[in-house]
Parts: sequence; structure tokens; C-alpha cells
Amino acid sequence: MLIRKPSDIPSSEITSPESYTQFLSRRRFLRNAIAGGAAAGAAIAGADRLADVFAPRIHALADDTKLQTVKSPLTTTGEQLTSFQDITHYNNYYEFGVQKDQPAENAGVLPTRPWTVKVDGKVKQPKTFDIEALLKLRPLEDRVYRHRCVEAWSMVIPWVGYSLSEFINQCDPLPSAKFVQFLSYYDKHVEKWTSESNIDWPYTEGLRMDEAMHPLTLLTFGLYGQVLPNQDGAPVRIVVPWKYGFKSAKSIVTVRFLDKMPPTTWNEQNPNEYGFYSNVNPNHDHPRWSQKTERRIGLPLFQQRRTTLMFNGYGDQVASLYNGMNLNKNY
Amino acid sequence: MNRKTLITLKTLTWIACLSPFALLVYQAITNTLGPDPTSTIALTTGYNTLLMLILSLAVTPLRLLSPRLSWLIKFRRLLGLFAFFYASIHLATYVALYANFNLSVFTTDITKRRFIIAGFCAYLLLLPLAATSTTWAIRRLGGKRWNRLHKLVYFAAICGIIHYWWQVKPGVLSPMNLTITLCVLLLARPVLSFIQKRRTQRAVSV
Repeated sequence: MLIRKPSDIPSSEITSPESYTQFLSRRRFLRNAIAGGAAAGAAIAGADRLADVFAPRIHALADDTKLQTVKSPLTTTGEQLTSFQDITHYNNYYEFGVQKDQPAENAGVLPTRPWTVKVDGKVKQPKTFDIEALLKLRPLEDRVYRHRCVEAWSMVIPWVGYSLSEFINQCDPLPSAKFVQFLSYYDKHVEKWTSESNIDWPYTEGLRMDEAMHPLTLLTFGLYGQVLPNQDGAPVRIVVPWKYGFKSAKSIVTVRFLDKMPPTTWNEQNPNEYGFYSNVNPNHDHPRWSQKTERRIGLPLFQQRRTTLMFNGYGDQVASLYNGMNLNKNY
Repeated sequence: MNRKTLITLKTLTWIACLSPFALLVYQAITNTLGPDPTSTIALTTGYNTLLMLILSLAVTPLRLLSPRLSWLIKFRRLLGLFAFFYASIHLATYVALYANFNLSVFTTDITKRRFIIAGFCAYLLLLPLAATSTTWAIRRLGGKRWNRLHKLVYFAAICGIIHYWWQVKPGVLSPMNLTITLCVLLLARPVLSFIQKRRTQRAVSV
């Protein structure tokens, strides 16, 4: 076993051991609950072994949650991380229910293995990537990003992944590819909560090619140094830190290169409220509420409110992507 | 109904109506309001306002169903005032935690944002009803005028439901149950009184 010096250990691994235990105990609880149901009264050791038979997927996750990561210069500094508990229990993942606590309860049924990501559209040749291959494609980096939801709340999340551009380079997109579309996993028999809302599934999002190729745009496999919990978009998702959270599609199954702007879920639902770009912009209000301020999740009542930053504070890196564009029209 | 049962039932109603508030206070003290305390308070108080308003609107149709349910009227004021109580906390939550006591935020919201306009209208409609809820006010106004004034509750409830629909994202159907209940209760009034009229007419002609 490799014993690392303290300075080599990424901060994300140190921050929240108690929440890591909570995560593990939840997995253990699930495992034992399933095993317990199958063989009531079995000894703990026996129950664990039975669990392997009845819930191999959960077991695989429980033992395999840690990810080997490296530091990244693109990480955001000077922010207090949101707790693992809050990041995993305050989710918008409507395929598993529209209440914030529902995905944590329901997303356990998402089958994250086997998992493949299909690449098609304007590419030299359509390809399919296995999730295990994607995990090994590049070293996984610790990237702390601010996360700003269009609903005016925010978090600071230590993601794990590598720049989406690294993956796109493997896809051989044609010069005619101007946009990239992401399609999320959808199976109405698994995600039976989709019938509770009036939305066209599967969830789809998209980026302009230069946005997708920006080094900050992250192909994400984990958070807090471990694999993504299902409710956070396991096993692989997009994270675009300067855009509202809904642009960061979860549980990606298809990446499609296109010569024109793809339809995107919330834009289709209401184009006046959710534009294609959806850059975090305190100067352009959502029709129904102000975007000037936000609530930081996990802080006490009267300390939650804070000012929202242009491009979520990533303006130095990304503002040039939108030179000459009217951001009030292209919201 | 005898006095003892009435007192017991009223006590139970008080406990039931206060329990969401008590839970919020308990969670605030123990710091267990969840990841987003602001929205927990706003959603809980908003939902309970509508719930209690709709329960108070259920009293009349239920009484029309059977004369044996006439005692329910004794609970209507209580439910209505609790709806106003939760609406007031809901508004205070907005002022303190959303607008941050900032008047310019409030003026922008009230002029630009339709879901806030609808919610604020609902509250303004509830104000005179709460103010004239005392027995003294009923006597002072006279039953007929008081009744007419209190028809405003229908509009308050409708504004409240619209406020709820305009607050959620398009496609989210969480306000559906309350909406259907309100529609049924509002439609039940003309339907039930029509049936009753027919019944009395028949009784007279026979």
C-alpha cells in the first residue's frame, strides 16, 4: 500500500470524513436491509455474503467508492466546501422526483453498471465508450467549483473528473460540428417518477463547441474523492461551473455532435425563462425572480444570502467566449 | 354536540394547526431545517396557508351535505385564522430571508414578478377577513355585509393557488392536488345548493 505524505493528499479527502462515514453507513444500511429482507435473522457476516448475491451492484459501489485523484490548477480556492450530506441530499434530478430530498431516496435504482456512452452525429465514426475506459482515459483531477442553480441557491462542490475537451479529442468530431448535445439516461420503468412531471424525457442539454472545449468544462465521475452518488448523476455527468446547474446534465448515455443548436430540456419547457446559454448572470433576472443574489446551502438562516457573481465568478476564464454577444438577448 | 366534545375537538384542531409551526421552531433551534433553511420555511408556511385555507373552504360544502355536520361551522374561523397566521410568517420569510429587508428588492419584485404579485394579492385579500373575524366585528357589520365581505376568501384561495403554480418550474405538477381540491370545493357550492333547492321545492309541492 502506498503511504502518502499529508501534503500529497488532496484537500477533498480530508474535509469531510464524517460525511464519508455517513455515506458508507447508508450503503451498508441498504445492503443489510436487502439482505435482511432475504434472510431475516441471518448473522451479520452471513447477511453480508447474501447481500453479494442479492445486490451485487450496491456491493460493488460500496467497496469501490474511492477514486485515485491528482491536484488541478483549475480548482477554485478560498471557498468553504458544502458538506457531503447536503450535496447528496439536496438535488434536482426530476427523473427521481421533483422534491429536493427525493433523488437521495429514489436514485438507488439507477443501474450504473454496465454503462456505456455512445458518441454519434458529426464525427468521423460513431463510437461507444465503456465507463471503465472513460475512467482511465485521463488522470482524475480534484476540481472544486462553485455551483449556482437557476433557482438562486448555490453550493461549493469538490468534483472529480477531467476536462471534457480531453474526451472530445478522442471522439474525432468533424469540422462541421458546432455544438455538442448530451442525453441523460432514461427508462420510464426505472425512473417511474418521470410521470409526475409534464416534461419530455430524456433530459437533454447542450453546449457550443468552444464552451465544451473550455478546460473548465468537466467530465465528472465523482465528488469528495469518491464515485458520484447516483443522485448526483452517476456514473458520469457534465459540470459547467459558469452556467446555471441545469446545463450540467447528469448520467450521460449519449454525446452527439451537431452542426446546429440542439434542443435542450428546460429551454423547450419555457424558452422565456431558460435560454440555451444560461450563463450565470446577476444582471439578467429570471422572469419570476431576481438573479442578483443567491442562498448558499448549508449556512445558517441569516448568513445564507450572498451576491451572485457574473459567470459565477469564472469571468476571467470564460468571458472572452461571449465577446460581442448581447447577454441579455442570449441569456 | 356537547361542550366537552367540542372543547376536546377544538384543542385537537389547535394542536394539529400549530404542529407545522412547532416543528419549524424546533428545527430552527436544533439547526435541522435541512440544507436550505430559507426554502424549508417558505415552502412549509406557504403550503400550510393553502392547506388551511382550503380546509376552511371545505366546511360549507360539508354542511350542505348533511345537517348533522352543521357543528363544523365552529371550526371555520379557527382554520381561517391559522391560514392567516401561516400566510403572515410566509410573508415575513420573504421580507427577511428573500428580500433581506431591502425595500428596492421588494418594489422590483412587486412590480415585475407575477408570482410575487399573486401571492401578495392573496395576502391583501386575507387581511380584511382576519381583521373582521371577531364576533364583535360580525355584529358590527351585520351578517349580510359580513358574509359578502368574506366572499373574498375565494379570491384569496385562487390567488394563492396561482401563486403556487407560478412559483414552480413549468412542467412540475406539485400544486395539482391542492388545485383539484379547491376546484371541487368551489364547484360543490352551486351544485349542492341547487340540489338542496330542488329538494325543498319538491317537499313544498308535495
